[in-house]
Amino acid sequence: MITIKDILVPITVLGGLGLLFGAILAFASAHFAVEKDPRVDQIRAALPGANCGACGYPGCDGLAAAIVAGKAPVNACTVGGLVSAEKIGEIMGVEPEMGEKKVARVLCQGDYGTAIQKYRYVGIKSCSAADALGGGSKACNYGCLGFGDCVKVCPFNAIDLVNGIAVVDENKCTGCTLCVSACPKGIIQMVPQSKRVVILCASLDKGKEVRTYCKVGCIACNICVRKCPQNAIVLENNLAHIIYDKCNNCSECVDKCPTNAIKDYNLAKIRDEDVLVNK
Amino acid sequence: MSATRLFYIIVSGILVNNFLMSRFLGICPFLGVSKKVETAFSMGIAVTFVMGMASVVTYIVQYALLEPLGLEYLQTIAFILVIATLVQFVEMVIQKTSPTLYRALGIYLPLITTNCAVLGVTLLNMQYTYNLIESLVNGIAGALGFTLAIVLFAAIREQMEFAPIPESMKGFPIALVSAGLMSLAFLGFQGLVK
Repeated sequence: MITIKDILVPITVLGGLGLLFGAILAFASAHFAVEKDPRVDQIRAALPGANCGACGYPGCDGLAAAIVAGKAPVNACTVGGLVSAEKIGEIMGVEPEMGEKKVARVLCQGDYGTAIQKYRYVGIKSCSAADALGGGSKACNYGCLGFGDCVKVCPFNAIDLVNGIAVVDENKCTGCTLCVSACPKGIIQMVPQSKRVVILCASLDKGKEVRTYCKVGCIACNICVRKCPQNAIVLENNLAHIIYDKCNNCSECVDKCPTNAIKDYNLAKIRDEDVLVNK
Repeated sequence: MSATRLFYIIVSGILVNNFLMSRFLGICPFLGVSKKVETAFSMGIAVTFVMGMASVVTYIVQYALLEPLGLEYLQTIAFILVIATLVQFVEMVIQKTSPTLYRALGIYLPLITTNCAVLGVTLLNMQYTYNLIESLVNGIAGALGFTLAIVLFAAIREQMEFAPIPESMKGFPIALVSAGLMSLAFLGFQGLVK
């Protein structure tokens, strides 16, 4: 028969043990207390706390410790950006030097309608796996494979797959650069957010070749280079590059490009809204 | 009880029934802290300290508290309490006395709390009805075996850094394969102590 004693005794014993050990630990924590730099906690509070690891330290705690130790600059957190850099700079007594915010841009527009597939890929749904199989199913060797390795790695859900192409939502993108290293094709580039005109192609093939497999690739025709009033575009390895320091978003090149490989993000928003209205 | 029996316990703890290589307890730190020989050794020392202390304290808890009150069924939870407290205590002491060691052990120090090798040794002490001295010796011998295995393994992994390993096998895959081979090697000690 179970008596009240059978319940009370175990509770008392375990509770007593817990209390005793708790008291020992409380005494030890006071006795062995380590003077911790209060700035570590302050900086930790100023960081976003996403623990994304983009700074190269194990989580935000690791970065906070590194900043206090002087091993990392106050602006080491790309995610927190200027806001947290200013706060941390205040705590550390340093002026933060911060470049402007950069966002990730996927340099490919060759979706299922515009780019040709050289074979049908049925393997693991991962860009790096597909890339290992003859560079992926896309005829273009520099194109987005569309399995979303970048989508999976993005801690902020800023990337979506649209018709086989990864598209970055610049409002959600924090510039942590995790996707840049996740892309096996290396076609994600960090572009200053104020620069609204981007050449969305990474193909280094000759123009003639590009034409055979993609309708929206850069064919190295040199038109944008000649038309740019700022001389901000150069042709290198069969691919046009914008020198962002010179570009003033005039978007002169956008309409001139015969393959529409240059995207104007100023207009992107308006076009999206148009689509919504038309629906 | 004699010196021979203690000797058997020591040989058994270090070689024959090695916690990592034949009982497969405490694998988490074995894989996690075995990249460098120095940190592996420090981890071994920390585990040795905790295991030795835990063996003594759980012995006292078992025979002074649980058995007289007929509460043997509380063994596991009471022992977990003891180990958790000990680990916290060790962590505080190490943080105070050796910040370098504290940083080297990192997350794996609090992880000794959930290291099943520690709980394992205390429960086995009770199962084999060891007395206080034997429990302490078994705890320390078991932890020394742990240290031996983890240091050997760390040395192997250090060498492997320079080996031409296929891309897909680098890191944990090759570590697990070598751990398995090491375990096979330790199988050679089976039967040394009855």
